[in-house]
Amino acid sequence: MKGNEAIAEAAIRYGVDGYFGYPITPQSEVMETLMAMRPWETTGMVVLQAESEVASINMLYGGAGSGKRVMTSSSSPGISLMQEGISYIAGAELPCVIVNVVRGGPGLGTIQPSQSDYFQAVKGGGHGDYKLIVLAPSSVQEMADFVGLAFDLAFKYRNPAMILSDGVIGQMMEKVELDEYRPRWTDEEIIEKNPWAATGKKPVRGQNIMTSLHIQAVDQENVNRRLQAKYKEMQEKEVRYETFMCDDAEYLIVAFGSAARISKKSVELAREKGIKVGLLRPITLFPFPYKEIGSYADQIKGILVPEMNAGQMIEDVKLAVNGKVDVEHYGRMGGMIFSPDEVENALEELIIGG
Amino acid sequence: MKEEIIIAGFGGQGVLSMGKILAYSGVMQGMEVSWMPSYGPEMRGGTANVTVILSDEPISSPILHEFDTAIILNQQSMDKFEKAVKPGGMLIYDGNGITRHPSRKDINIYRVDATEEAVRMRSIKTFNMIVLGAYLKLKKIVEMDNVLKGLKKSLPERHHHLIPMNEKAILRGGEIIREISVVE
Repeated sequence: MKGNEAIAEAAIRYGVDGYFGYPITPQSEVMETLMAMRPWETTGMVVLQAESEVASINMLYGGAGSGKRVMTSSSSPGISLMQEGISYIAGAELPCVIVNVVRGGPGLGTIQPSQSDYFQAVKGGGHGDYKLIVLAPSSVQEMADFVGLAFDLAFKYRNPAMILSDGVIGQMMEKVELDEYRPRWTDEEIIEKNPWAATGKKPVRGQNIMTSLHIQAVDQENVNRRLQAKYKEMQEKEVRYETFMCDDAEYLIVAFGSAARISKKSVELAREKGIKVGLLRPITLFPFPYKEIGSYADQIKGILVPEMNAGQMIEDVKLAVNGKVDVEHYGRMGGMIFSPDEVENALEELIIGG
Repeated sequence: MKEEIIIAGFGGQGVLSMGKILAYSGVMQGMEVSWMPSYGPEMRGGTANVTVILSDEPISSPILHEFDTAIILNQQSMDKFEKAVKPGGMLIYDGNGITRHPSRKDINIYRVDATEEAVRMRSIKTFNMIVLGAYLKLKKIVEMDNVLKGLKKSLPERHHHLIPMNEKAILRGGEIIREISVVE
């Protein structure tokens, strides 16, 4: 199954209430698969092709406000169009899931895979002091698994969550084990689990108002304080990462998503040559595993950060080791993909030789 | 057991679906698989290729720079991927339209004239299955039973009546493959 198809399958099985999207390569299979599976006839899930990405994200805003599980997917230029809505949803503290199957940019760019939307996903993208929960799958299995995880985290923190994938993971096929079907929340469950949602005001409760507008600066600052406290809690509790051969490592590769898959092979190649290198793969890009990467700073001699961009996550890796270790970037851009031997060569040239 | 394969040719030759059937066959056999296509504007009329990995172990990178086997179905792909075969690896090609034949001495080279055979069998669409059959004759990584299951899985149901024809093509491919040169 393709990564994009896994997203669609997982969404239906997880009991998602609505998908709103607009087609764009390389993620069109998400909506194609949903349309082919016709979940509105089985689970009751709504699948709707909106008139634009701007419309889709605002449909999410509305759906999320009613306490439903709603999601969209797009690729880089489409995600840029959604940024205003994403900022509003983050400001109104509503949960939803946004999938970005990244392609090369800037502008309309190419349709080939890229990781050049890291900054946009992790550092903001829209305006204002907000954060998304950002998950970076590196296999088709994780494309499926992270749909549920993203919804769980989004509802736990009432915050939009993004699955930051790319054309490699979206288009490739691998074996997947899918979860069992579970029913969508009933109206009663929504009221019980999401007391903040707009579910029809009863005399027993006050109005539930969702807004990102706070005219009084002092009110807005209070909202900001609450948001920052939430992001701090995420940083403390929700960091996820994976290590591969790091125990005896003298050098480290830090990579996410498809670049981590390619780099895993680079580690194997380097180990065959007797180079003691390990791979650390951040799974949550926000919250970022600063402490976890930093803990290797005394053990290792250098870090290579291979990314399919001009060097974005490397800034967070540098913050993590705080100047204690040399950190170098290796990248391809614009939809070009590096191969395992290119990354291994970069390790030898930039880190070991450098 | 691990087999890293690139299948490359023109868009429309069934390169991607051949890889898909091979990958599904691996799944049926309980192996780990990955299928990574080239996708994009170059697909129609231009070159198309797919990297398929079948392995008993979890697969690290779906993207590779060298291959155990290259299945090459046009000249552009020959120019690009002959050099990407690992020393001691295997290259299978269809001679149709090939002007510069493979010349490496450190790999095993086989030829299957599948285009010609597909025309003779009056079923040009099973061309890719002839090639697949030729490959599976040389590398018996998946059993025929599992290939047929894989075929069934990757064909939409309305095309299931074509399975016997495809099976015939797979068997025929095994018969017509010939050795060009092998490493001593």
